[in-house]
Amino acid sequence: MLIELKNITKDYVNEEVVTNVLRGIDLTVADGEFLAIMGPSGSGKSTLMHIIGFLDRPTAGEYLFSGHDSRYFNDDELASIRNNSVGFVFQSFNLLPRTTVLDNVVLPLLYSKEKKNHEVKAKKALEAVGLSDRLYYFSNQISGGQKQRVAIARALVCNPKIIFADEPTGNLDSKSGATVMEILDKLNQEGRTIILVTHDLNVAHHARRIVTIRDGEIISDEKIPETKRIRSW
Amino acid sequence: MNNLIANIKISIKDLLARSGRSFLTILGIVIGVAGVIIIISLGAGAQTLVLGQITKLGTNLIGILPGKSNENGPPAAVFGVQIKTLIPEDVEVIRRNVPEITEMAPFVRGNVTVIYGKENVDTSFTATEGSYPRIQTVEMIKGVFFSDEEAKAGTNVIVLGYDVAEQLFPNGGEIGALVKIKSSNAEGGAIPFRVIGVQKKLGNIFFENQDDQVFIPFTIGQKQILGIDYIQFIRAKVNHADNIKLAMAEIKQVLRNQHGLKNTVDDDFSVRDLADAIKILTNITDVLRIFLALMAGISLIVGGIGIMNIMLVTVSERTREIGLRKAVGATNHQIRNKFLFEAVVLTSVGGIIGIIIGVFISYLISVGAHLAGYDWKFIISPIAIILAVGVSVLTGIIFGLYPAIRASKLDPINALRYE
Repeated sequence: MLIELKNITKDYVNEEVVTNVLRGIDLTVADGEFLAIMGPSGSGKSTLMHIIGFLDRPTAGEYLFSGHDSRYFNDDELASIRNNSVGFVFQSFNLLPRTTVLDNVVLPLLYSKEKKNHEVKAKKALEAVGLSDRLYYFSNQISGGQKQRVAIARALVCNPKIIFADEPTGNLDSKSGATVMEILDKLNQEGRTIILVTHDLNVAHHARRIVTIRDGEIISDEKIPETKRIRSW
Repeated sequence: MNNLIANIKISIKDLLARSGRSFLTILGIVIGVAGVIIIISLGAGAQTLVLGQITKLGTNLIGILPGKSNENGPPAAVFGVQIKTLIPEDVEVIRRNVPEITEMAPFVRGNVTVIYGKENVDTSFTATEGSYPRIQTVEMIKGVFFSDEEAKAGTNVIVLGYDVAEQLFPNGGEIGALVKIKSSNAEGGAIPFRVIGVQKKLGNIFFENQDDQVFIPFTIGQKQILGIDYIQFIRAKVNHADNIKLAMAEIKQVLRNQHGLKNTVDDDFSVRDLADAIKILTNITDVLRIFLALMAGISLIVGGIGIMNIMLVTVSERTREIGLRKAVGATNHQIRNKFLFEAVVLTSVGGIIGIIIGVFISYLISVGAHLAGYDWKFIISPIAIILAVGVSVLTGIIFGLYPAIRASKLDPINALRYE
């Protein structure tokens, strides 16, 4: 199993007030799945995804990643996983300002074991998201939809097994959003695991499986039959 | 290795991309470094200037001043106090009783107007004896200094400073000309003098234009122009440097006897040698240097605060950037290296520019001082440079690196969400 969560909890302590964001999550995700995590805001869905994607740590519980207990990963191992096993797409893009599209996509390669062909690989990733004509634009000179595609290219460039997308269409108009979802679907068809966080039922229905969270607990976990999936094309 | 080069290239690209922030950081360092270099150079230049002027006067000299004063402090006359305890008889007594002294000259000074035809110049006069050129260096471009005989006889002769001569005689012809001297103290109007010499251009000594003065025989200056019977200052030359202290002791004894004083506390005169003067001026200029060093310190602090501010202002942006870099796989080590590298590049560029600007401006000041007639030495203190660069670079690195190290220890999501 690619991802196995057992009784994961996450507490935030703010001025001595403890908030239980996640209250015992059990979840398994297999290689190649297209999973949407749904829930209203404050339900803990983003926190769950950050924990699965190694951007955050659980307070308690067991997380097996490809069968390895994540509690024993040291900082460098975590960095290596973030670099080449997972890729992140954020709602607010998080591109480096005053930096070209190409250099934004090269960024993860700087921290990878790949020593050569950084620009070639980055250009290939940008081609995959249809932005070959924007390589030398600065990240603030392109539209929101294009920014999100740059972010996807950046998530892709180290060829990760899993791509995490946190409300990837949240800041986009519907047309740009459709393009982004189309790209994610294509990546899933190529065999990559996609884990998506959204509060939008239409966006969630691009996935093959929807997990719904409320108040830090999973309240439903359903497979979406192929006929009910929304396809952008 | 390739990755290192790629990282360096990217870092430089990043610094250029954030050129505004980079510029401000560099500016802070430039101000600190250049400020310190200039201020320290100014202090050292001023000190050598002042001390150099003393040795220019001549060697083996003793000065006798009226009134008691602390030998390590400035004489009372500096503060404009007139004391009348030294009189011409004192000069004769010393001359008879102190064999080590080869030459002596009494001085009085005052302000007069020198008139020639339609031209007139307000200037200061120094009245002394014919021994003056044998005590200190006097160089003439025209004519001669007055002789002992001319001075003793009270002949109305005058030696002009270079600037005075130029103003009164724009077309030359000074020697032999008759000028008139007018003073507010003098009764009966202007006194005529025959010009017998013009001094070579001297420039400034002790911040006083040496070319804007005239020399006249002692008794005329004292009695006829100032209308006084005391002496403002006596300068004596000793036959050998080893005898200076002995001569000073003898002068004191002779003057005590002459003035009927029993105890040294009653002394109504003071005797100094050039070494004393150098010591006093070194004391004064040391205070100046300490003051300047404090100013240099302030300029370093200002530069440091500038660096600190610009680094801290960008902390939230940089923290988010660190979060992103960690999210795409940067290790803490890589992040620290990147920020360290950036800080080193910024601070060394700033340090180098600061040194260049500081040295250049110090040089301009020395050139300007030369043009103004001062014998100013261009001095650059390596310690000042090392200190200034060290402090600025350290501030830059600490305030550049500390937030980065702190941010690199956060979980990526917390750094990404930092506000």
